[in-house]
Amino acid sequence: MAHSADVDFKTRLQSWLPKLVLSPSLAMVLVFVYGFIIFSVYLSFTDSRLLPSYGWVGWENYSKLWRLSHWKISLSNMGIFAALYISICTILGLGLAIFLDQKIRAEGVIRTVYLYPMALSFIVTGTAWKWFLDPGIGLENVLQTWGWESFEFDWIKNRDFAIYTVVLAAVWQTSGFVMAMFLAGLRGIDNEILKAAQMDGASNWNLYRRIIIPQLRPAFLSAFVILSHLAIKTFDLVIALTGGGPGRATELPATFMYSYTFSRNQMGIGAASATIMLMTVAAIMIPYLYAELREKK
Amino acid sequence: MSLATQDSAIRTGRVTRTLIYLVLLLFALFYMLPLYVMVVNSVKPLDEITGGGMMNLPQVFTLEPWAKAWSSAQIGVDPTGLKPYFWNSIKMVVPAVIVSTVLGALNGYVLTKWRFRGDTILFGLMLFACFIPFQIVLIPMARMLGLMGMAGTTWGLVLVHVVYGIGFTTLYFRNYYAVFPTELIRAAQIDGAGFFQIFWRILLPSSGPIAVVSIIWQFTNIWNDFLFGASFAGADSQPMTVALNNLVQSSTGVKEYNVHFAGAILAALPTLLVYIVAGRYFVRGLMAGSVKG
Amino acid sequence: MRSYMKTTAIALALTAAAGAAKADGHGVEVLHWWTSGGEAAALNVLKGDLESQGIAWTDMPVAGGGGEQAMTVLRARVTAGNAPTAVQGLGFDILDWANEGALANLNEVAAAEGWDNVVPAALQQFAKVDGAWVSAPVNVHSTNWVWANKAVLDANGISVPETWEDFAAALETLAAAGVIPIAHGGQPWQDATVFDAVAMSALGPDGYKAAFIDLDPEALASDEMKVAFDRMAVIRANLDENFSGRDWNLATAMVINGEAGFQMMGDWAKGEFLNAGKVPGEDFLCFRFPGTQDQVTFNADQFMMFDQGGAVSAEQAALASAILSPSFQSAFNVVKGSVPARTDVSDADFDACGKQGMADLAAAAESGNLFGSMAHGHANPAAVKNAMYDVITAHFNGEFDSETALDELVTAVEIAQ
Repeated sequence: MAHSADVDFKTRLQSWLPKLVLSPSLAMVLVFVYGFIIFSVYLSFTDSRLLPSYGWVGWENYSKLWRLSHWKISLSNMGIFAALYISICTILGLGLAIFLDQKIRAEGVIRTVYLYPMALSFIVTGTAWKWFLDPGIGLENVLQTWGWESFEFDWIKNRDFAIYTVVLAAVWQTSGFVMAMFLAGLRGIDNEILKAAQMDGASNWNLYRRIIIPQLRPAFLSAFVILSHLAIKTFDLVIALTGGGPGRATELPATFMYSYTFSRNQMGIGAASATIMLMTVAAIMIPYLYAELREKK
Repeated sequence: MSLATQDSAIRTGRVTRTLIYLVLLLFALFYMLPLYVMVVNSVKPLDEITGGGMMNLPQVFTLEPWAKAWSSAQIGVDPTGLKPYFWNSIKMVVPAVIVSTVLGALNGYVLTKWRFRGDTILFGLMLFACFIPFQIVLIPMARMLGLMGMAGTTWGLVLVHVVYGIGFTTLYFRNYYAVFPTELIRAAQIDGAGFFQIFWRILLPSSGPIAVVSIIWQFTNIWNDFLFGASFAGADSQPMTVALNNLVQSSTGVKEYNVHFAGAILAALPTLLVYIVAGRYFVRGLMAGSVKG
Repeated sequence: MRSYMKTTAIALALTAAAGAAKADGHGVEVLHWWTSGGEAAALNVLKGDLESQGIAWTDMPVAGGGGEQAMTVLRARVTAGNAPTAVQGLGFDILDWANEGALANLNEVAAAEGWDNVVPAALQQFAKVDGAWVSAPVNVHSTNWVWANKAVLDANGISVPETWEDFAAALETLAAAGVIPIAHGGQPWQDATVFDAVAMSALGPDGYKAAFIDLDPEALASDEMKVAFDRMAVIRANLDENFSGRDWNLATAMVINGEAGFQMMGDWAKGEFLNAGKVPGEDFLCFRFPGTQDQVTFNADQFMMFDQGGAVSAEQAALASAILSPSFQSAFNVVKGSVPARTDVSDADFDACGKQGMADLAAAAESGNLFGSMAHGHANPAAVKNAMYDVITAHFNGEFDSETALDELVTAVEIAQ
């Protein structure tokens, strides 16, 4: 009797074990992510300023938010930044990966050189970038002293172009990582198919266009997730590079959120902007995750 | 699956190859530029920097900025250099990386090999968690840490980094284990192997590449984190990035750029080292797992 | 609502006491952002003083953004119920924390040492709330200074400008001579620092008070305010192309090297000149922005004492008393470039600019011409200050003209309140 009860308990345990193992992570995520999101959404309807406070003010923070030209600037910057950053990183990463996949000598070294920026935070590289982009001491100055007198590169000082320098530095940081993801994808493609296609007289261009690149679909999707999450979180880069300037030309939602929540003591408005950001992310990511996860069943 | 360049079907001509090398080299230069600026200026005396010519090689070579940044620069009231903070970072990063990787591996294992109703939704929930902006978690997290008595401690920081890292580690391991043949698991089950035995004997031995990806990813993110480190650390657990920030961001004082650059490189050395040493396994790990969506 | 917040804050502070007691039996934990060589060395004097009284000093430095980063950390620490014992603070931040009921009452020490009589009234507004001293002022920075390279001015026959017209003429002379007239760093707080002085000069002390302290919409949209914005455009036209994003100390270096003639900056700029081996009065000049000779706009660093559960602790009292001691006030401010927060300290150890600063402060305090600086959070709360930054910076960078700037200013201030 005792023996069989023991066995019973064991199988019962075995069937519960997977869920048991998953539960701590799940609990953490539910509390520290979703709990906090709910809290933050709640704060966006309150009169919180220096610290959370619980006086209900309805939609007031949202209406204030949309009256701020600051917020509109940061949203339109986000659009420009995310579109350029994601597309350039993807194209550049794919291009470099294809080039690097051509039996290149010293591939290991080159790969490391492309990849290392991902290891550095912008607290580390911010000053170097700032100097490099500064027309007075950086690239413009160097090329001019080398004799190219008419060379101009003052984007970081120019209200209309500064956001592109932010894109440049961001691309520098992550394109190597995207390259690695595509390289891994390329290495995973079955050579037999390619050889067969080649026998049929397909050109290199057509090989890539018709056969190889379509097979990289999973790599494109992973790259998209990683890049879009990095784009939304872009914060230290802007702080280190331009501080949001010249003027407010490079403000992004993340810097806006931080500034209103912590520097300006308008936590309610900060929470409202965070809520809008989260909704936007959800609107983009949930259909994507849904499609991705469903497909694999 | 080996990383050594395989017998590729693509053939290229001599001219194309030269062009390819040229492009690759050009980009290598582009990626090296900021590092060059940092290294060159970290071995110059200060007057050479303020005198202009940040791209020039040093006229006088000196390692003094490095020594100063490491052991005698003013970080707070005491001129301690970055040294003590280096250990604070290690004490925080190592447990956080280990715990989040182990949890990620177990989660990935459950979500692919012990599927149950609603598991996809749970995974989706974890994945979406990666997108939460850190700015909004600061205040509620502080409250939670306070309630748990972990405010201002290294363990509090470890918890925070584990919480916001498991989304990624779970993603990596899940995708990796998804292509692992389930028949092997079933066979082992029939032989009477239990949940942990299967994980330990069958999955873990072949998890090397993806573990490297997860460790590199987590190590880099946690080592480079500033916001959490600054907000949740106590006086004796402030990590390296906070100290570096104190070194670099003086509000109304004289800026010693050469020391700043030396300090920045010192702060980045561990992550750089990880990338250089483990870089090749990194691509292999990505190849084996995460890109297979 | 307010009372609810107060009780939460007190509850937090009580847990804070428990936390602090656990961390260090009898000592002080000090959160500050003075991490660069000179400042930190100056603060070390204070540490030594306390340690000689057997009080341990736990250092919690968090630099960045003129204290913004430290304020974020402070919020996390207070929310976690783990507030530091003493925290460096500025202007309205101190009042905000006091209104949350998070600060300790220092009246006992203050009364024993007679702070009421030696600290200027304008400064007391930021150290006393409802009659209770809650923080200990360390220094007074004044922000309406102009720094000039004497050799450059002499070579171009320019004497110290007395009025805006003199100043504008001097700028023209310098520009014609091929010298950059003004060295400036295009960061919002620097733009605002310049605007502070320009506005004080254009609006006069009463107008300044009405616009920036009382936030009177009429004063914000007045003709004088438009003059101030127009003058900002003149200043903008006299910068080099490269000013945007530049750190203030690099701008100072331009004046030191003779590349530029003037810089408008607070008294901390003096440290850069001294560090470069320059002598005040001989190599460089310091004078009040033309038209603000009688006024001083200030910001003051203080240490807020966080409530450790009821009465102020013995360590906090000792720290506060050490901060206000004339010897520390003199030693610290000689290094920092600012002037003592009490007006009865001897100026013997200060250089020419320091002596002038002390005399100006005493005179301005006497005649009611001492005003909190808008640019440095001593005229209005953080939300309003930053809203003003937005407008000043956007206008300075040519996003809109002066007329639009007035409208924007009124709207921005309204939203921020």
